[in-house]
Amino acid sequence: MLDWGWIGDHLPQLAFRTAQHLELAAIALAIGFAISFAIGVAAARWRVLYPPSAAIAGIVFTIPSLALFAAFVPATGLSILTAEIPLVLYTLVILLRNVVAGFDAVPADVLEAADAMGFTRGRRLLRIELPLAVPLIVAGLRVASVSTIGLVSITAILGDALGGLGFFIYEGMTRFFATEIAVGAVPTIVLALVADRLFLWLERAITPWSRRTRTATAG
Amino acid sequence: MVAADADGDGRMTFVEATVRWLTDPASWEGPGGIPARVVEHLALSVAALLIATVIALPAGLAVGHARRGQGVSVGLATVGRAIPSFALMGLVLPITQAYDPANGFTIYPTLFAMAVLAIPPILVNTLTGIREVDQDLVEAARGMGFTEAALLARVEAPLALPVILGGFRSATVQVIATTTLGAILAYGGLGRYIIDGIAQRDDGMLYGGVVLVAALAVGAEALLALLQRLAARRSAEPIRANT
Repeated sequence: MLDWGWIGDHLPQLAFRTAQHLELAAIALAIGFAISFAIGVAAARWRVLYPPSAAIAGIVFTIPSLALFAAFVPATGLSILTAEIPLVLYTLVILLRNVVAGFDAVPADVLEAADAMGFTRGRRLLRIELPLAVPLIVAGLRVASVSTIGLVSITAILGDALGGLGFFIYEGMTRFFATEIAVGAVPTIVLALVADRLFLWLERAITPWSRRTRTATAG
Repeated sequence: MVAADADGDGRMTFVEATVRWLTDPASWEGPGGIPARVVEHLALSVAALLIATVIALPAGLAVGHARRGQGVSVGLATVGRAIPSFALMGLVLPITQAYDPANGFTIYPTLFAMAVLAIPPILVNTLTGIREVDQDLVEAARGMGFTEAALLARVEAPLALPVILGGFRSATVQVIATTTLGAILAYGGLGRYIIDGIAQRDDGMLYGGVVLVAALAVGAEALLALLQRLAARRSAEPIRANT
């Protein structure tokens, strides 16, 4: 059923597209994490910031990925920005919620104890709140990484220069070539599952005291 | 195109182009018109949600009631959630096409991927909702002579309804948003405008499609949120966050 010869001939392209896939996903996750961490820390201190940022994030999530990728085409052309802006926005939806929930989950008496021990606001944030927020933040990273890896493949509709492994899926669909579709789809699914397991392991490794996984993100 | 140029600079902004496309009577007519595309979009979404419900709801009710097999179910749901829809559509395409050359390319891959997308939230919320029903109530009902089936139908399911509906809500919004991908495989639906808008460099059609899908998803979200709130008011239990 599969044309193994074709696969053998295209191993360099497969390696290139896999690397591109991971690169597109990693950039989006890194930027998304930096932004949501900054907003999350700010929202943990100034609560008024949270409702508007959560509302905006909720609206973004209902916008279909295809629509959001397409939405930037007239403005940014078929460049990497057209792919990365929506990818970052989707990571924000997931990460922001979990970062804020993470800080929110720190018990009030713990904070009071820290204050009583003479911690300054900055040190309390760094030494007390952050470590306690880490499990939910990592749980958010897990969901965000899986969803980003899936979304990267859709950037293939923006042209040959993008798409990562989605390039093979898209080209295979237009050429009615099952082997090429599988060459894109199977590694995409494997990457997503590996990312899921990796972050789950990380989540458990950081929080050996909780055996149940905790996720604040709705499915 | 210059005819719609409101600011007189000789170029249309994308807002002007979108408004023009959305208000053009031609956009609303015929088999490629907006009403027809909305119907196509909703037909596939509803069909996928029905398939997912037939599979996930009984499974969730059974596992939640038996209080056994939860680990396996949640594990399967996690794997299902991690599988990207676009990749799944690609994988099933050669198979569905071999069986049904007519619809195997357009309808079935999208339908399959959307059903898979909808199963995890419905399954996880159903079994979580049932499992978290107050066990004192369940024991009391059992003591009053409820059979297991009656217990599930008349005590556990009604109390778990808000949580179960929460699962439907996230499944519905995700499916409506993602059915757009069907257009890549020549299915109709609102994604058609986005794909064709990119291909024909027609910004009005592109953004018109974006606006319509987003409106449909937000509308479904609002409707189901309302339903969920009504159900929560009926059962005395507070709404639990869906996980």
